[in-house]
Amino acid sequence: MADKVATRDAYGKALLVLGAENPNVVVLDADLSKSTKTADFGKKYPERFFNMGIAEANLMGTAAGLAAAGKIPFASTFAIFAVGRAFEQIRNSIAYPKLNVKIAATHSGITVGEDGGSHQAIEDVAIMRAVPNMVVLVPADGEETRQVILAAAKYNGPVYIRMGRLAVPLLFGDDYHFEIGKANVLSEGTDVAIMANGVMVSMALEAAAELAIEGINVSVVNVASVKPLDEETIVRVAKQTKAIVTAEEHNIIGGLGSAIAEVLGERQPTPMVRVGLKDTFGESGRPEELLKKYGLTKADLVKAVHEVLAKKQR
Amino acid sequence: MTTIELKRVANALRQDIISMLVTSKSGHPGGSLSAAEIVATLFFQEMKINPQDPRWSDRDRFVLSKGHAAPVLYAALAEKGYFPKEELQGLRQTGRMLQGHPDMKKTPGVDMSTGSLGQGLSAANGMALAGKLDGKDYQVFALLGDGEMAEGQIWEAAMAAAHYKLDNVTAVLDFNGLQIDGTTDSVMCSTPLAEKWRAFCWHVIEVDGHDVDALVAAFAEAKQVKGSPTIIIAKTVKGKGVSFMENQAGWHGNAPSVEQGEQALKELREEALNLG
Repeated sequence: MADKVATRDAYGKALLVLGAENPNVVVLDADLSKSTKTADFGKKYPERFFNMGIAEANLMGTAAGLAAAGKIPFASTFAIFAVGRAFEQIRNSIAYPKLNVKIAATHSGITVGEDGGSHQAIEDVAIMRAVPNMVVLVPADGEETRQVILAAAKYNGPVYIRMGRLAVPLLFGDDYHFEIGKANVLSEGTDVAIMANGVMVSMALEAAAELAIEGINVSVVNVASVKPLDEETIVRVAKQTKAIVTAEEHNIIGGLGSAIAEVLGERQPTPMVRVGLKDTFGESGRPEELLKKYGLTKADLVKAVHEVLAKKQR
Repeated sequence: MTTIELKRVANALRQDIISMLVTSKSGHPGGSLSAAEIVATLFFQEMKINPQDPRWSDRDRFVLSKGHAAPVLYAALAEKGYFPKEELQGLRQTGRMLQGHPDMKKTPGVDMSTGSLGQGLSAANGMALAGKLDGKDYQVFALLGDGEMAEGQIWEAAMAAAHYKLDNVTAVLDFNGLQIDGTTDSVMCSTPLAEKWRAFCWHVIEVDGHDVDALVAAFAEAKQVKGSPTIIIAKTVKGKGVSFMENQAGWHGNAPSVEQGEQALKELREEALNLG
């Protein structure tokens, strides 16, 4: 298996690049800088790093003010506190005036692990996706995270970036190209497509390899840009495969699967199976064990592909 | 401006507020009227601003954290020439620039979108941090309501402003003592306020919020304070200047009828005549 790196670690490194490139980039954290990996930026650029203490509402509001005065703030904390605690500050102080704040949240999903369900954001994509003016990005590996962070800094407006705690396989090299609003077709197949993001992308590739042995030709699409969504690619792949499995480390309500179902329901009705948390909270445990318990493994994707192929043949 | 000129401006803002609300049939008169001298002093005396260049990067900033008092801000912006006075009659109307609560995307001169209480001071702090990073000497003013002292975010922001020594932040607390459900102390007791802010390491000045000379002196004092932010606790009367609105919680968020508006304007015009 390839080397592993957590998307939060790649975020920390990308911030150092941005810090050197652009003096307007500033970083705010809420007493979690060692975990969100913003601490290295803080060491290198102390005058541009603001630890706001355990006060997420003020973290987001201060970021809004910095952006209103021309800065490019990256506001970081765990996804549950960013989107959960400070939702209305994000909505009214950042998104409503379309201020240039990057909400860079780590520790999303159940792969937070041992800290348990209280700390595992499983509804953050749904919430952020519903807010006008908000861009929602969910990178799959270290390289994509690097590109997502640089792209977010170039884009003028609010962006929610969802990252994880767990080290995940490196999938992409520097020949990979991420673009806001574009999905990446990682493998072209004709029988079925798995559309995934975040930690589920590497599993989708593994599932596709296993299914190939059975003679099932799987298209794998990485949908890091949940909003704006690359409707053209999704519709094109749905036309080609006529069967879609979506996969996300998020509640099946409101996230990637819902976003794709919305598009296909209107433009290209297609048999679908959504893989994700089945409207349930997580719990404490080792990340790998939790992924298994909550149905987010390669085996679950293989099963979902068989289910959707059965629907397709009906 | 002289004392009498600032008093005339405050009176003009009050007349604008009443006439806007009569037309819109909706809006918040009480907390707009209580802040007339504070806003007049800031926009016509204290703040370094340029209505011809609303986004001038060196300008002083104003954040109306008590965003429901938007009418007093709009009146000041119109009187300063940020937009034609006729726009005031479009308050809260579909497709017009003057939203029910301040919107920086729609209205020239509005530095921050506000209205959801408790959020303005954080934004002001962010602007002040940016000013310090950029080596600019602009001031950031935030007008707070006493009702929003119950919002936890206010105290998060209070702590942060002192922690980061934001002496370029001056908050003004429009201490009118009333909120929707009654007196502030009956709804949720936030007093003693001066002691609380002092405990949060702010420089505290207490003034009569309708005394323009006292306000001018307070702003001058705030500018001299180094190493900590300043809050001016301005004791005011909700509904000030209109006899039947003064100290009545019921006038927090109800617009006057045409007849009530005429009565209010008559009183305000008489006050203007007495100012000479």
